[in-house]
Amino acid sequence: MARAVSPRRKLITTVAAWAVSLLIFFPVLWMILTSFKTEASAVASPPQLFTADWTLQNYSDVWARSDYPRFFWNSVVISVGSTLLGLAIAIPAAWSMAFVPGRKTKDLLMWMLSTKMMPGVAVLIPLYLLFQRTGLFDTKIGLVLALMLMNLPIIVWMLYTYFKEIPSEILEASRMDGASLWKEVVYVLTPMAIPGIASTLLLNVILAWNEAFWTITLTTTKAAPLSAFIASFSAPQGLFYAKLSAASTMAIAPILILGWFSQKQLVRGLTFGAVK
Amino acid sequence: MGKITLTQVRKSFGETHVIPGIDLNIEHGEFVVFVGPSGCGKSTLLRLIAGLEDISGGKIEIDGTDATDLPPGKRGLAMVFQSYALYPHMSVKKNIAFPLKMAGMDEAAIEAKVQSAAKILNLANYLERKPGQLSGGQRQRVAIGRAIVREPAAFLFDEPLSNLDAALRVTMRQEISELHQKLATTMIYVTHDQVEAMTMADKIVVLNAGRIEQVGAPLELYNHPQNLFVAGFIGSPKMNLITGAEAQKHGCTTLGVRPEYIEVSADGPWQGTIGLAEHLGSDTFLKVDVPGIGMLTVRGSGEMHLHHGNQIRLGPQAGKIYRFGPDGKAL
Repeated sequence: MARAVSPRRKLITTVAAWAVSLLIFFPVLWMILTSFKTEASAVASPPQLFTADWTLQNYSDVWARSDYPRFFWNSVVISVGSTLLGLAIAIPAAWSMAFVPGRKTKDLLMWMLSTKMMPGVAVLIPLYLLFQRTGLFDTKIGLVLALMLMNLPIIVWMLYTYFKEIPSEILEASRMDGASLWKEVVYVLTPMAIPGIASTLLLNVILAWNEAFWTITLTTTKAAPLSAFIASFSAPQGLFYAKLSAASTMAIAPILILGWFSQKQLVRGLTFGAVK
Repeated sequence: MGKITLTQVRKSFGETHVIPGIDLNIEHGEFVVFVGPSGCGKSTLLRLIAGLEDISGGKIEIDGTDATDLPPGKRGLAMVFQSYALYPHMSVKKNIAFPLKMAGMDEAAIEAKVQSAAKILNLANYLERKPGQLSGGQRQRVAIGRAIVREPAAFLFDEPLSNLDAALRVTMRQEISELHQKLATTMIYVTHDQVEAMTMADKIVVLNAGRIEQVGAPLELYNHPQNLFVAGFIGSPKMNLITGAEAQKHGCTTLGVRPEYIEVSADGPWQGTIGLAEHLGSDTFLKVDVPGIGMLTVRGSGEMHLHHGNQIRLGPQAGKIYRFGPDGKAL
């Protein structure tokens, strides 16, 4: 039986939800508004949410001063590439962990997750040197590999959770029907796990797109994605908040739009298996 | 063909010996039912034959070929699962066609076989639907269709009717039996429902704790149980098992009398009080508390005008008793 919710309680919950959402969204809103202000009104004290002199000048300046399409393309290649490569490795790994677990599978999963608890800076020097000596520094391939390795534990964990929801009898049926392991994964497992794979893909594209520490550290010019594009507006002449905001808005706009259109899939994927 | 021979087949999970060693012959075209209580190893045994579990020892031969190490798809067997195990993202047609596609058959031949199976199973109007749009019975038919098209050496059924309601179960039971008549292919069927076992089987294999207690035709097991376990397991309601002085009077440790072979009559040797009377119209079931013997179940044909608290006299029909020795074996 559904629990009865009083109108008062509903009102309080709604107001609280809006307040939290606004609080989370406020920095993004502030940044977008600032990107349309002049540098003077951007740093006005006390700060103003709205201004009288709205302008598009910051956007044309940013566009003129840097090669936005190249940074954008690098971001696309790095985020999509690292996610696809991660999926190609994680699907068979998650399959074996979900359907033919060994005695140490749980430990292995925990160990993979624990690598996410380590601060990235701890491996900064070795990775930096490794990239320099192997010629991967400032290459898209290098960043694809680095971000794939960073996100692999999350991809494996998410897929493992989705795969665990698939009844093993269906996979056994495909084995009885003469499917080889490869065909079982391609024709049966993957199509059944598509909602889960899609949300894993989306989430990891977003994570890789937003990653700043490694993308800035391991690139200079050629392979620099949008995170480096933003950083390039914070030096050396000081901070130009309005232009920085315009650059940031241009950097997050594509992923924000992707997130907006795929939110249903994302939520569905992230709550998959929560309610049976 | 479809002759399956198990020689000393064993299965252990770590230190637990689920099946300590089974020898069994299944002849071509036989309908064999594995029956036994929960956890007796009947499903495990079926999965060993299917190749879904590796055996820990012994040998499995299918049509004279050693199949012990063959993968499931190479054994020429088809399996129908309890949960149907249909591919939810494929249409009925694609589900049935799947094993043929895996075998690399050409499109025209696949189409012909799918249509033929759909006709046999009354699925022709549902071929484009997804499994989620079908009823339980229709899903089970699709699962059977997927098995039929392969023309397997034997069909394996793992409690296929457990998820259906009582009425549908009776219908599907008859359909599977008719299918067996029509195809004349070996079928191995796992169930814990002894009505299914008694009505469908040519041969019943009674399993207990991973061991075969008895193998035989349904009425052979009913009339001549070799031990106490089979006596108690086959037949519904269960056989009354009497120990103590009454058994010793008949020269045995345990005396068995089936509920249908106990007569209520004025000159019966036992006297008891009716604890419960169930009137089904066609039958009457009585639970009678007999001092010195215990609670007995009596099955009477038709309507008996007896009720809770009535005192009655009763006794076994002449020649319809079973005697078991101290080791539980029939004497």
